[in-house]
Amino acid sequence: MGMAENLRFRNPEVAQNIAAKIREVTPKKGQVKICHVCGTHEWTITHFGLRSLLPSNVEVIAGPGCPVCIVPAAEIDEAVQLAKQGKVVTCFGDVLRVPGSESSLLEAKAGGADVRMVYAVSDAVEMARKEPEKEFVFSAVGFETTAPITALEALGDLPKNFSFLVSHRLIPPAMELLLGVGDLQIDGFLAPGHVSAIIGLKPYELFARVYRMPTVVAGFEPNDVLMSIYMIIKQVSTRDAQLQNEYSRVVKPEGNKKALELMDKAFTVVAGNWRGIGRLPDSALQLRESLAQFDARRKYELKIKEGKDILLGCECHLVIIGKIKPNQCPMFLKACTPAKPIGACMVSSEGTCRVWAKNVAANTS
Amino acid sequence: MLMCLAIPAKIMALQGEKAQVDFGQGVLRDVNVSLVEAKIGDYVLVHAGYAIQVLEEKEALETLSLWNDVLSSTGE
Repeated sequence: MGMAENLRFRNPEVAQNIAAKIREVTPKKGQVKICHVCGTHEWTITHFGLRSLLPSNVEVIAGPGCPVCIVPAAEIDEAVQLAKQGKVVTCFGDVLRVPGSESSLLEAKAGGADVRMVYAVSDAVEMARKEPEKEFVFSAVGFETTAPITALEALGDLPKNFSFLVSHRLIPPAMELLLGVGDLQIDGFLAPGHVSAIIGLKPYELFARVYRMPTVVAGFEPNDVLMSIYMIIKQVSTRDAQLQNEYSRVVKPEGNKKALELMDKAFTVVAGNWRGIGRLPDSALQLRESLAQFDARRKYELKIKEGKDILLGCECHLVIIGKIKPNQCPMFLKACTPAKPIGACMVSSEGTCRVWAKNVAANTS
Repeated sequence: MLMCLAIPAKIMALQGEKAQVDFGQGVLRDVNVSLVEAKIGDYVLVHAGYAIQVLEEKEALETLSLWNDVLSSTGE
């Protein structure tokens, strides 16, 4: 697809037209609350000021869409422990500053540990090959968008001195959890486009069918998001509940079959802890027994079970599930800033607090 | 970097599991294309150094035409 089409996905005139359509279908009475579960959606909505285009009774809240934010402290503690034992710990940049119970990986690095930021898993594997005398661990954080990459590498030709500290989590169980949060009262889901590029539409079917929740898989250009909001409100106004795909240029109903096959070959689905949320059944991935030699937890017999997820006064646990907005946390941009973050939501570039901090003006109107 | 961010890029050259792609700035970068079936000239979505899906031009145009339909429809 060419540049012309790309530009139209951002065209402000089209955006105004969609906004007018949204006003047309929005019920005059009552609130409409739409929840997304993707840090990139929050970025688009905040950066382009989309909330200001919506009727005052339409609210878009951010659910647990930041894969870095929901990694529990215990799993950061594992990485810090390995780093302090002399292993080379590799990770994406956002993971470096995520608080563990006592220390982040960045603090461990400052204390002399060998912690290295990489842009791709393959960079970490390459380092391990070049330095066979050292043990390498990669902190594998991410939702379904990222997990197939770990699967691909784990099933490939890995050097013996390389292993994964897997912190992958699955999005549909988190969406299901949100529906059970009593006073959250969600009216529709914006489903995450890039997770969906991998998993396809099937995992969302239950939201429309069982929970009667309008669910629209949405792309990431501002007009994608606006159109998806329109599609949800249209359903709300007609008391319909369907699963629709706004992002069909990327999301196929069956997802990415190759990626799904690799994930199934490499992982089993297990219960997992989410920072600020707690333990969710069938929401985490673990490397299969046949790949145990590449699972850092088994290879190094890690025993850490519990960590300190939320510091006193931090409201990350409420921000993560969309119960409060970042500016309702007393520490937001006071004690907790992008330069000196306290909670995980302010650390990651996809964290709701961080996204808001970078675009304060767009949200205080 | 945004962890669920994926950026479209055009495949300029292919060599086994590696492709050289252009993110639109004319700078070629290496990405791994093992997870997709893509050919030279295709647009792929790249996440953390790996292509995770091929963009469908036909679908992109259909989306835009769907928008036009919605926007030109009269209110109910």
